[in-house]
Amino acid sequence: MSEMIRQDGRKFDELRPIKIEAGVLERADGSAYLEVGGNKILVAVYGPRESYIRRLLEPNTGVIRVRYNMAPFSVDDRKRPGPDRRSSEISKITADALRPALMLENYPRSMIDIYIEVIEAEGGTRCAGITAASVALVDAGIPMKDIVVGCAAGKVNDEVVLDLSEYEDKEGQADVPLAIMPRTGEITLLQSDGNLTEEEFAKAIDLAMEGCLEVSKLQKEALMKKYSTE
Amino acid sequence: MIYVENKDLVIPGQVLADDEYYSGRGTFKENGKVCSSLMGLVSLRNKKIRVIPLKSKYVPKKGDVVIGKINDVRFSMWDVDINSPYSGILPAFEVFGREKKELNKVYDVGDVLFLRVVDVDEIKKAKLGLKGRGMGKFKGGIIVDIAPTKVPRLIGKKGSMINMIKDKTNCKIVVGQNGLVWVKGDEDMEQLTKDVIHLIEAEAHTSGLTNKIKNKLYLAIDGEIPPEEVPEEEEEFVLEKPKLQNFKEELEQEEKEAEEEKQEEKEDKPGDDEEEKEDKPNIAEVIEELKRKNKKDNTFSYGESSMNSFILNNKK
Amino acid sequence: MDIVPEITRQSITNLVRNDKREDGRELNEYRDISIETNVISKAEGSARVRIGGTQVIVGIKPQLGSPFPDTPDLGVLMTNCEMLPMADPNFEPGPPSDDSIELARVVDRGIRESELVELDKLCVEEGKHVWMLFIDLHIIDNCGNLFDACELAVMAALKSTKLPVATIVDEEVVINEDETFDLPINNELALCTFVKIGDKMVLDPTLDEERVASARLNVGVTKDGRICSMQKGGSQPLNKEELLSAVHVAVSKTKELIEHL
Repeated sequence: MSEMIRQDGRKFDELRPIKIEAGVLERADGSAYLEVGGNKILVAVYGPRESYIRRLLEPNTGVIRVRYNMAPFSVDDRKRPGPDRRSSEISKITADALRPALMLENYPRSMIDIYIEVIEAEGGTRCAGITAASVALVDAGIPMKDIVVGCAAGKVNDEVVLDLSEYEDKEGQADVPLAIMPRTGEITLLQSDGNLTEEEFAKAIDLAMEGCLEVSKLQKEALMKKYSTE
Repeated sequence: MIYVENKDLVIPGQVLADDEYYSGRGTFKENGKVCSSLMGLVSLRNKKIRVIPLKSKYVPKKGDVVIGKINDVRFSMWDVDINSPYSGILPAFEVFGREKKELNKVYDVGDVLFLRVVDVDEIKKAKLGLKGRGMGKFKGGIIVDIAPTKVPRLIGKKGSMINMIKDKTNCKIVVGQNGLVWVKGDEDMEQLTKDVIHLIEAEAHTSGLTNKIKNKLYLAIDGEIPPEEVPEEEEEFVLEKPKLQNFKEELEQEEKEAEEEKQEEKEDKPGDDEEEKEDKPNIAEVIEELKRKNKKDNTFSYGESSMNSFILNNKK
Repeated sequence: MDIVPEITRQSITNLVRNDKREDGRELNEYRDISIETNVISKAEGSARVRIGGTQVIVGIKPQLGSPFPDTPDLGVLMTNCEMLPMADPNFEPGPPSDDSIELARVVDRGIRESELVELDKLCVEEGKHVWMLFIDLHIIDNCGNLFDACELAVMAALKSTKLPVATIVDEEVVINEDETFDLPINNELALCTFVKIGDKMVLDPTLDEERVASARLNVGVTKDGRICSMQKGGSQPLNKEELLSAVHVAVSKTKELIEHL
């Protein structure tokens, strides 16, 4: 059954083509650009910096704020600019996914702003956003225990597959986005929508984790490429 | 067991060594392994591993010397932007003691000062002072902004880099540990110095940098490269914070120069300036050429790093 | 945060007085410009433009809608600009700022007043159905002179725009996604932005130059030399000579800019 070929010609455990680049913006303290399949994601990081929103700050550590935003032209039917319920939720869970890796004790009462811009969307933008945001955080020189990485698995045509495309996400039976800290394998983001049996769920988690490890290598390559002198 | 070598480029979460090594700055210990918490270069001394970050925001420390900008004038203090997540304050008594004066007549919003961090409180707010030679408000010149982590490289071992630039450009240069650099001299020399400082920042972790910079400066100013090479005494990775001592020397030097200059100013006659210009008639041209060259360099690297790779895929 | 150091103000002003700039350019010289089109597959037209370190992306999406009552046979252009907080530490998330709205309107005015988009060809059924083009400007990196970068990006994106063919069948609009036509464009336009520093006009200002400038002037000129839009900004006045000399420069520089398209 694993020999099934998917709508875009991939095998069940195959990722879409990925390209990651670190340090693509001038003004931001750190930045990254990521393409996976038809997704194009740009992330900028500012900080640690002062914030006038004092209630958000904490006395013993730095805090992060994430803004996930989709460009009006990133989807087939123009999206109205500005936040909606979906982007607010993604912003929140992205912050939750990144936070366990951050070591901000040396930056009390400071703020790190992470701006994720979806320039073009083709399924799996939240995982792509997390992956790119981590690279941008490293690029900004933020201390971290690990570089968080995201990847989804799901169920299409009764088959558990890796990294759902937009088509598969629409037509499929389940979508399980996951983010991990690859060194320890700890999970920092998990969502699931659709119908899965217990076995299918376990399989999806395994598959997504393997996918994360693949993507993790590309994150590291992008960073090394940006900063090695040779 | 150790998995990296001195000066290796590492990334956050990378395992550097096993338990028998000590975890220094830029690293942490977890499950018996020393791991990096930063993107940076490994610094290995005895059994202690540290990671020197490539980029990092300036966090004020007591005793540091910094360059700051007055952002606000308040009743008994100035608010100072010190290029950091944490702002500084300069209390009035650090400046006048017990005397009462109008603060904004002394330093006003937008003024740039050379300051010392007198104290840092538990929320990292820096109390600043002016005790020390050469401290106070800058008049004229330009501000160059570099990553604070590159400051030691700009200074060089025992000031080798910065002194070479000063000598050749005749510019006065003051380096703040917060990554701000003040440069004052001939207008074209200021711009040349700025370009050179940015070059040092960009190539801080490459070897043979002092000679490269030296050649660039000589080519720009004299039109030819000096014959003798400075022996590069293994200073490629001077990434540690320079001892304050160095700064003090710098400052004393500055102070002396400033005093000498004051004397000179008094003796200055009109017309001196022009004579100097006639001495070096082609500086501007040479600098133009260097700039053109720089520009070419820039477009090349721009083209390589950004144009090719950061492509939003073309629709076919 | 955004207070310009006094000595930076002085040094930039002194340089400009001597016809020099911090990056070595002439007063009437642009930074390096690059333009890519068709950068977003899901947009019917798109472009990314860089001027020096400044970067903007524009995407154009069409929608069928009703025409304005006073122009029942013309399509509609809507220009919107997002100064994303990613582009500049001083840009805030939230609804468009006054600056952002001004930018969008100035860019829009040039396109609209030059009548370079043949809006009559965007009419599907007079009085009922016309194409509305949503032009969305995304500012991603602000290193000064967003105006000219945005106008170039919109111009490049319009030129790359392909619309699906819409026909009326039994009083219903039928859109054929497989059959497209090029957005009809009959001219080209560029915007030249100057700032006044000391008593000189400086073209294509950097961020620091913008911050120390006393006034700003945008001049939109078509390929055939028609001046279609202008805007004076900034807190200080301009005199007539400054204005006329800037317009003169803009008319000649426009040709240079349009060559990038």
